[in-house]
Amino acid sequence: MDLKEKLVTSFLAFENKGGLDLDSNVHSVRSKAIQNFEKEGFPTKKDEEWKYTSLNSLLKHDFSLFPETKKAVGFKNVKEFLINDIESYTLIFIDGVFSSFLSDTTHDDCDVCVLSSALTRPKYKMVVDNYFNTIAKDNNSLSDLNTAFAKEGAFINIPKNTIVPKPIQILNFSTGSESEVMIQPRNLVVVGENSHVQIIERHQNLSKNTVLTNAVTEIFVHKRAIVDYYKIQNDTETSSLIDSTFVSQKQQSVASVHTYSFGGKLTRNNLEFYHEGEHITSNLNGISILNNKQHVDNHTLVNHKHPNCESHELYKGIYADKSTGVFNGKVIVQQEAQKTNAFQQNNNILMDDGASINAKPQLEIFADDVKCSHGCTIGQLDESALFYMQSRGIPKKEAKALLLFAFGNDVVEKIKIPQLKTRITKLIAKNLGVELGFEF
Amino acid sequence: MLSIKNLHASINDKEILKGINLEIKAGEVHAIMGPNGSGKSTLSSVIAGKEEYEVTEGSVILNNEDLEDLAPEERAHKGIFLSFQYPVEIPGVTVTNFIKTAINETRKAKGLDELPAKDMLKLIREKADLLEIDRKFLSRSLNEGFSGGEKKRNEIFQMAMLEPKLAILDETDSGLDIDALKVVANGVNKLKSKDNSVLVITHYQRLLDYIVPDYVHVLYNGKIVKSGGKELALELEEKGYDWLK
Repeated sequence: MDLKEKLVTSFLAFENKGGLDLDSNVHSVRSKAIQNFEKEGFPTKKDEEWKYTSLNSLLKHDFSLFPETKKAVGFKNVKEFLINDIESYTLIFIDGVFSSFLSDTTHDDCDVCVLSSALTRPKYKMVVDNYFNTIAKDNNSLSDLNTAFAKEGAFINIPKNTIVPKPIQILNFSTGSESEVMIQPRNLVVVGENSHVQIIERHQNLSKNTVLTNAVTEIFVHKRAIVDYYKIQNDTETSSLIDSTFVSQKQQSVASVHTYSFGGKLTRNNLEFYHEGEHITSNLNGISILNNKQHVDNHTLVNHKHPNCESHELYKGIYADKSTGVFNGKVIVQQEAQKTNAFQQNNNILMDDGASINAKPQLEIFADDVKCSHGCTIGQLDESALFYMQSRGIPKKEAKALLLFAFGNDVVEKIKIPQLKTRITKLIAKNLGVELGFEF
Repeated sequence: MLSIKNLHASINDKEILKGINLEIKAGEVHAIMGPNGSGKSTLSSVIAGKEEYEVTEGSVILNNEDLEDLAPEERAHKGIFLSFQYPVEIPGVTVTNFIKTAINETRKAKGLDELPAKDMLKLIREKADLLEIDRKFLSRSLNEGFSGGEKKRNEIFQMAMLEPKLAILDETDSGLDIDALKVVANGVNKLKSKDNSVLVITHYQRLLDYIVPDYVHVLYNGKIVKSGGKELALELEEKGYDWLK
């Protein structure tokens, strides 16, 4: 039985276990989603959007869909993956199941809890019906697949005029109790008018076993709200991630999604912004540092539908050994979206002959009074700069690191949580194989 | 200090230096002059250890140590400094961060601890003042958007910080107006002592009015064709290079 068949046949069992009222809205959403998935199947390289990323070898695994955790996971096992030196709310999932023991949730001024309870409790029915799967639907078969099995993940519901006092950390761990595991976290984030929240998300495999994560996050940003969402992708080399994040923004809101891809075997990021009002700002920042045979594919979309909005996109990539990268940045400026400012920049450095990047800026502009720009570069480290630095006594390895840090610095500079910035800087240093003898 | 013996060097199998002999003693200032394409910049790059150049014969010896197998940074740690004709722009790395890293890496190579931040700051200020460098300048990205004069001043600032045994000034006068030239030359002169040496590479005699050489050598077609005292520079200025060919 191939993976698709296995998923489709598991659906009924999953639904029956879920304890959902079969008349509920969520049930019908899931049923439609599995039908879509069954029809579409997994994407192949024949799909334009998947031309440079193949899931074939990944889908050959015999994934366990509902893994059981056999070994107890304590705080000491997961501590190093948390940003520890800040106060935060934490939502920790072990093999796709919420760990109340390790987590720190709240219902005080806002809801920071788990989706599984939100989906079943009458109290949240309105929110779920209004938002759940409203932007992710009919998007792609992998999101449909996630929707069909959507049960566990973060549910973050911030009422209006609320500044969430500390960042929220969402961590998904796999313990590898079974050799090949597929997990499908689903997050729903609703941020009310004038509210502000910062979220840090991470997927981490605690074993050497194969893990495929197919995650979907929907984020709704209401009038004048501000959302900063940070994704740390530094997983082991037997872990792959397909991450789809959909952001819907109302007028005067500001949403920023930062993606740091340093690890994993195969990572595919679908990041899409939809504008539902004027004077919206969307920020997309990303940095990928890869080696060995790692592959990262960043697919982004900003859909400008209304006038006077802006988007700023900055993606940088450093590719060593035989690693491969994809950047596909699509910006649509619809006819009504006059006075749009849309900026996109994508810079890549190839460190070795075997590394490659496929970069595709894609601008579709239908309005005539707009400012749109895109810049895309692919290059190598500047040998003359290296010699210059060496001639001042800086060894080649450190000189390279200094140049690469400088290259990625404008992405790192955008991190608004200082402790997170320190952590990311350290991760970059580790991935470049240097000790930091300098600061930025 | 520096002893160059029968040095032959080539790039992409094209021989540029064809047997150079040069002896520089501690405390001396030497000038190398010569027309375009004579190999002046190649000589400075080879001494500094640029990897593209292949030394096919001969040797470069600094204080009785053959430099042949040393990487550029190791040569720097031994006290060689090259002021570039075209300093490289490095966006995102500030002048201060760059020089801090250079100083501390050099100290590390010598088995010393990092210079405490306070002492580093003091040193930077002291040397910046010597070169009449504005403090604001120190937090700018290295050489990015610098004027010709600022770039060269920054080179000499780095030299002042690193206190090399042998400083090679490659066309330091190019792109400088007369005021900047005086500042740069003044900086070099203040750094001169009986323990270190300077090798000035230049087209024109102008710089030598301010940094007065003990010896002048004429490089032509990869060889030193004439050596003399500082009056040789004046003679070249007057007659050009043709009479030496």
